[in-house]
Amino acid sequence: MHEISFCEGIRTVIEDQAKTQSFDRVTTIRLEIGRFSCVEKSALDFAFDAVMKGSVAEGAALIMIDVPGRAMCYDCLQEVELNDRLAQCPDCGGEKLMPVSGDVMRIKNIEVE
Amino acid sequence: MCAVCGCGTGTVGNHTHAHRHDTDIHFGNGAAGVSLAGASQARLIEVEIDILSQNNRYAAQNRTRLRALGAFTVNMVSSPGSGKTTLLCKTIEALRKQPLAVIEGDQQTARDADRIRATGAPAVQVNTGKGCHLDAHMVGHALEQLPLAQNAMLFIENVGNLVCPAAFDLGEDCKVTVLSVTEGEDKPLKYPDIFTASRLAILSKIDLAPHCDVDLNLFHRNLIRVNPGIEIIWLSARTGEGMADWITWLDARLAEAARPQKEGP
Repeated sequence: MHEISFCEGIRTVIEDQAKTQSFDRVTTIRLEIGRFSCVEKSALDFAFDAVMKGSVAEGAALIMIDVPGRAMCYDCLQEVELNDRLAQCPDCGGEKLMPVSGDVMRIKNIEVE
Repeated sequence: MCAVCGCGTGTVGNHTHAHRHDTDIHFGNGAAGVSLAGASQARLIEVEIDILSQNNRYAAQNRTRLRALGAFTVNMVSSPGSGKTTLLCKTIEALRKQPLAVIEGDQQTARDADRIRATGAPAVQVNTGKGCHLDAHMVGHALEQLPLAQNAMLFIENVGNLVCPAAFDLGEDCKVTVLSVTEGEDKPLKYPDIFTASRLAILSKIDLAPHCDVDLNLFHRNLIRVNPGIEIIWLSARTGEGMADWITWLDARLAEAARPQKEGP
């Protein structure tokens, strides 16, 4: 359940933003979540409401935007898009693939009032 | 006030934790911080900040501090029971003259730090309470209590867990995953993130391989599948087989990290 820690990270960022950007309430939080990131989206959703309680983001809507995963195939030396961490290379069928992007876990934007 | 994060005054920071600098550390407390809702006009703020940005800031501070010492820092991860602590005790014996220190992470007890201290090496136990991983903030506090010499090796033994520690940078030079042969060949496929994040995989307890019907080559293939660049060392801390390869690897990494000792005044 490191998703609780992730939500605490979100809360910290939001509370910092509340001070510098002067807002009282967050209505929506949009996250970019990479296909290869360590986030289990349902667990994040579950932890979100509990962790945001008592903060400016209490009751905010959580929207998660999928970011595709890309990996380098060590067999054909091409960078390919992968939907599944253990999928074969769509070009050559190789199975030795190293993620090069898609591990992002980022707060993209927030709607505030 | 704490030099790492400003905590400890009761007025700074939006987190709380036990703050005992005289002994082992326990992080079992919850988050604090309150804000009240109001109302004004709605607007969109582009944030573009990593969820783990706070952890990453602490990790960067730890890294700067360790690099200035010319230390080599390894974040050792594995499932519980892979033999990390036994491996560390044997490693400390083998590195007899090398300055080193150990940070031990577990949910509860100081058993592992006690085992390390019994070898004569300095160790700090960090208890994470309900936490399933060490984070960079905890490690920063542990560093305050550790006497680290110039060009030392620092071993951070993470909480036994093949999932969460993959996501948390502690300021280490690299992660090393310890995987015992008794856990089965498919662990890298089941928990790819931790192996992808690691520079080296140690296949431990290989003296037990003949007794548990495992295919060592399949371990190798599955590791390469989730991280084609990963280095692999097979060893048994119990029999000593392969330990020389591990010590040679550590010495080489320290040589890369080490800085010349400063001249005296």
